[in-house]
Amino acid sequence: MAEIRLQQLAHSYQRQPRDAGDYAIRAMDHVWEQGGAYALLGPSGCGKSTLLNIISGLLEPSEGQVLFDGRPVNDLSPEQRNIAQVFQFPVVYDTMTVFDNLAFPLRNQGLPEERVGRKVREIAEVLDLEPLLQRKARNLTADEKQKVSMGRGLVRDDVSAILFDEPLTVIDPHLKWKLRRKLKQIHEQFNLTMVYVTHDQLEASTFADKIAVMYAGQIVQFGTPRELFERPRHTFVGFFIGSPGMNLAEVRTDGDAVRLGDIRVALPGPIAARLPALAGSRLQLGIRPEFVHLRSEPGADAWPVEVLHAEDLGTYKILAFRLEGAIFKARLPEEQPVPEGRAYVTFPAPWTLLYADDHLVEADA
Amino acid sequence: MNKVPNNHAWWLVLPVFALVAFSAILPMMTVVNYSVQDIFDPSTRFFVGADWYRQVLQDPRLHDSLLRQFVFSACVLAIEIPLGIAVALCMPTRGRWASLCLIVLAIPLLIPWNVVGTIWQIFGRADIGLLGWTLNAAGVSYNYASNTLDAWVTVLVMDVWHWTSLVALLCYSGLRAIPDVYYQAARIDRASNWAVFRYIQLPKLKSVLLIAVMLRFMDSFMIYTEPFVLTGGGPGNATTFLSQTLTKMAVGQFDLGPAAAFSLIYFLIILLVSWLFYTAMTHNDQTR
Repeated sequence: MAEIRLQQLAHSYQRQPRDAGDYAIRAMDHVWEQGGAYALLGPSGCGKSTLLNIISGLLEPSEGQVLFDGRPVNDLSPEQRNIAQVFQFPVVYDTMTVFDNLAFPLRNQGLPEERVGRKVREIAEVLDLEPLLQRKARNLTADEKQKVSMGRGLVRDDVSAILFDEPLTVIDPHLKWKLRRKLKQIHEQFNLTMVYVTHDQLEASTFADKIAVMYAGQIVQFGTPRELFERPRHTFVGFFIGSPGMNLAEVRTDGDAVRLGDIRVALPGPIAARLPALAGSRLQLGIRPEFVHLRSEPGADAWPVEVLHAEDLGTYKILAFRLEGAIFKARLPEEQPVPEGRAYVTFPAPWTLLYADDHLVEADA
Repeated sequence: MNKVPNNHAWWLVLPVFALVAFSAILPMMTVVNYSVQDIFDPSTRFFVGADWYRQVLQDPRLHDSLLRQFVFSACVLAIEIPLGIAVALCMPTRGRWASLCLIVLAIPLLIPWNVVGTIWQIFGRADIGLLGWTLNAAGVSYNYASNTLDAWVTVLVMDVWHWTSLVALLCYSGLRAIPDVYYQAARIDRASNWAVFRYIQLPKLKSVLLIAVMLRFMDSFMIYTEPFVLTGGGPGNATTFLSQTLTKMAVGQFDLGPAAAFSLIYFLIILLVSWLFYTAMTHNDQTR
């Protein structure tokens, strides 16, 4: 059990990286606190697995340090770091039975056989592997194998942390939910630090207390699912979290406001005060489809828009409309009728965010 | 899916059947033909039934060389398989050295059998051969032409030199096919090097080892040229293996009937033992 701190950590698979593009992980500082359940969320190829392998010690970072409880562990092997890791695709020891597979890490630690048996049965019960304990691992189905893989990670309760690298990819959807609950239970029961890599936002938010969103080798935001939803600090977070993602439209400055086409959008004072400093940056206005107000009748401050099409998703509707040449989406409750042709929208001020070069412009900078 | 019975489909199999018939079945049938008849000339022949079979099965000369043959093949497998695995494990995994190792390993495989025999025949001679001369100069009495043990050791070392590369190359390719994640998981699980070998590498090598064992068994059981060139089967009959006995019988004495009967028995032995190896090594896959 440990707090994991990353200091100025960077990694490149090239021997002599020249520019930022050569880095799989770009200089980052980050802290995973002891006992937390974290998700590392990001698209494929953003460096999630690299980061995980650096934490576990399978990969040596090119730059920076990894600290466990303040102690640098860069030179320690995975064994010495005492880390458990579950990989994306099941790894089982074919010739062993399921029992022996689960017992393997414990026996390697030299635990007495009686304790090994107890731990293995405990984990087998949690993962519903009891009926399979005496079966040879090679004859299992893919999701059974993956449960065995996970079991081997969970069976040691003295570990510094357990790292999961998209462990549920090969698992049936109905089992996924169940296993995620199980992981959560195990987390609460044993007070372990868990880091869960995924590219699925739902998986991340059901598992983790805090999510780190990774993009192009950097953690662009670290926060609760709610923070990620309400105040994305990077346009990528806005776009990646939520379905559909945040509406983003390019704007330009106009005094203490910004201009979207011919429309002048007023900004709150503290944000407007920062505008002069942002001259030269690429400015974008962002608002989540959930927060767009859309009505059929004109109203004060409402802008007329052209309704393009609507998708009915059963529990809500997604409506696309055009405003000043840019296409936006709005999420409407199921009972609200879809306006024909023309509608009127307002962007409520608290949910209308301004981004400069993809980063959120915040009041107190 | 609906299966439609259509006997015309048999015509599609016919080319293969014809090919196999000409390449394997017909030549073998001529041997069968000889093994059940005593043929003097094209017009003089007698049907002798199983007489030739009875005769060769009771021939002590054949018993001896069959025993020698089994001992030889067992030694070959016992040395080459573990040695091949060991060599493969020690080889570098990438880079220039890996290529160099592969080339060096492949060289013995490219040398024709009789050349291999000649190389060792000269190499082992006490008067002009580097190996024989060195051994004798070092005080070890060594003469493969007169000493049975020396002859056996030389034939075995020669076969090991010639064929261990094959096992090593097969194992090397098998080892390269194991995904890294298995090694990573083993490190996370704190597996010892031995455990990595025992529980990851060896199980994953099983299919290539099956091929290696079968090939080495069949080849060593049929060995002819190398010992023939090296020792000529001697001293005495000490290194006369089955195929050499058979050749003497068929070509030397022109006893075509017994030789044909023995050929078929020889073939059946190889088939049977190969089947036993295969069944033994794949048996576990079916059990739960």
